[in-house]
Amino acid sequence: MKTVVLMGNPNVGKSGIFSRLTGTRVITSNYAGTTVDVSRGKMRLPDGPAAVIDAPGTYSLTPTNPAEEVAAEILGEADVVVNVVDSTNLERNLYLTLETLERGVPAAVALNLWDEAGHQGITIDVAGLERLLGVPVVPTVGLSGQGIRELVERLGEARPSATIQPMSEEERWVAVGRITGEVQTIAHRHPTLADRLSEASIRPTSGLFIALAVIAAAFLAVRWIGEGLISYVFEPLFDLYTPIAMRASDLLGPGILHEILIGHLIDGEIDYVQSMGLLTTGLFVPFAMILPYIVAFYLVLSILEDTGYLPRLATLADTFFHRLGMHGYGIIPVFLGFGCNVPGALATRVLETKKQRFIAATLMSLAIPCMAQIAMVFGVLGPFGLHYVVMVFVTLALVYVGAGLILNRVVPGECPEIFLEIPPYRAPDLRATATKTWMRVRGFLGEAIPYLFLGILLVNLLYSVGFLDLLAAAFAPVIEAWLGLPAGAAVALLVGFLRKDLAVGMLVPLGMSPEQLVIAVTMLTIYFPCVATFVVLLRELGARGMLAAAGVMVTTALLVGGALRVILIGF
Amino acid sequence: MITMEKTLLDLEPGMQGTIARFIGNPGFVRKLRTIGIREGKNLTVVTRHPLGGPVVIEVDGREVTLGRGMAVRVVVDVAA
Repeated sequence: MKTVVLMGNPNVGKSGIFSRLTGTRVITSNYAGTTVDVSRGKMRLPDGPAAVIDAPGTYSLTPTNPAEEVAAEILGEADVVVNVVDSTNLERNLYLTLETLERGVPAAVALNLWDEAGHQGITIDVAGLERLLGVPVVPTVGLSGQGIRELVERLGEARPSATIQPMSEEERWVAVGRITGEVQTIAHRHPTLADRLSEASIRPTSGLFIALAVIAAAFLAVRWIGEGLISYVFEPLFDLYTPIAMRASDLLGPGILHEILIGHLIDGEIDYVQSMGLLTTGLFVPFAMILPYIVAFYLVLSILEDTGYLPRLATLADTFFHRLGMHGYGIIPVFLGFGCNVPGALATRVLETKKQRFIAATLMSLAIPCMAQIAMVFGVLGPFGLHYVVMVFVTLALVYVGAGLILNRVVPGECPEIFLEIPPYRAPDLRATATKTWMRVRGFLGEAIPYLFLGILLVNLLYSVGFLDLLAAAFAPVIEAWLGLPAGAAVALLVGFLRKDLAVGMLVPLGMSPEQLVIAVTMLTIYFPCVATFVVLLRELGARGMLAAAGVMVTTALLVGGALRVILIGF
Repeated sequence: MITMEKTLLDLEPGMQGTIARFIGNPGFVRKLRTIGIREGKNLTVVTRHPLGGPVVIEVDGREVTLGRGMAVRVVVDVAA
């Protein structure tokens, strides 16, 4: 079977073309030995079925980051290349086109975003470009599917280019200029509303207001969608489920199996947050408390990504993140981390050097609670008053900035500056957004549910053999004397390694004061990442890096915990 | 027209210039060129963020953000 590889610059609508070519059955996975996501699918060529690989976006075949390395490597697997080109920016895209054609691989060029080029007064002589490049050239619009059928038909004619021969870098730049001059004409046009909006969103003052508005709107949307899903979908479902669970409880009768599956009844009823059974809390917490917010978060994030807002946010955030040793892209792991720390840890890859990635990963583990944890914090602390929730987040923000300033000073290494292209604003493709949201939610379910079950199972087993009391006694000096918490909180902190959301829930039955809860919840965020994040960080930072990061985490947790105790409770 | 050389960082927001050359190793030059910042291109400074923040320029209708340390190594011809 032939392999078709999609190559192109970032932000040229490559994944839109990919989904048009392949339809629904797409597998996205890490490229071997890296954490760069590569999508694979199948399509039908005129002469039979073929595998399709969507290479990561790259500006050239001389890689400057891991994603570009993967792109260059995937090119080696190609029997046919589809070079996806942004018609609104032909000149810049042609460099990669020439580099690809010089490899002598059969290829075709998709002039994507053809409609947008038309709106911008750009015309390209398609036949002329085809003659100069010596391969089929087809105008396409990934969003509507225009030109896709012709692209597939003409892939049959894809041959190695007869006109483009290997050349030096300088010669290539000259060729790019010559070809662009021959085939492209640009009509003058006045700035549109989108242009003005684009500029307003990257200027310091107006941009900051827009950023605050966008972030506020994003969080409100997450809350609104999440709460809507809970009260109209998931809670009614659990109302239907309760009689079944109660019946199971009656049938099981008291005993260890009841403890594990149903947990302890509170006033003869199942309490979905506190019962701690696999079939009660184990189902309710992930599905009715967390999943709704995860769905909402990823939906909003996908929309933000697809409209092209994130590079603007990175530009605005650069002044701040630069001081913490990162640059504007440092906001991406933070943003993703708020959804789930695992993709957040993976997103540290957008930063170039080891130092930057170490700082980004450590700060995220320290001070960015995931959506699951946030949902639980609101659920547990919210009833005591919103100001307690605010205390937690203000503390975490201070930790982020404080630890960042220090790490930037003490961690050796380089801090390259921000360098990114700001793509034009685009309407998100609803189909692509829905697919992306679903893939991420599925990823969360696969990642979180097993650990949550394991966590509850382990807690129940250890509890019934008396191990947890032993452990609580061992950690009691630190927990009681230093943090001012009941010894039982040690158990929650331990479980926090498996699932932080679950651990927050375990604090409820301890009957702590709201001040103690603030301390415990803050500690849960700072002291260590959950096991899933830990595994990813270990891979990203290496054993030594992870050890250093863990040192920072434990130290910070003890210092901040002690300080909070003195401020909130006194000696 | 009489022109004078300035670094990109010296240009105030709204000012225009023609990219003359880059100060840096081949990797640095390639990085700029492949994103569309090339010798002979006209650029407009869209904004320069205060407190050491980045510079945003427009080349060929595309906006690019770059840090000040990079901006100072881009030499631009401006009308005197």
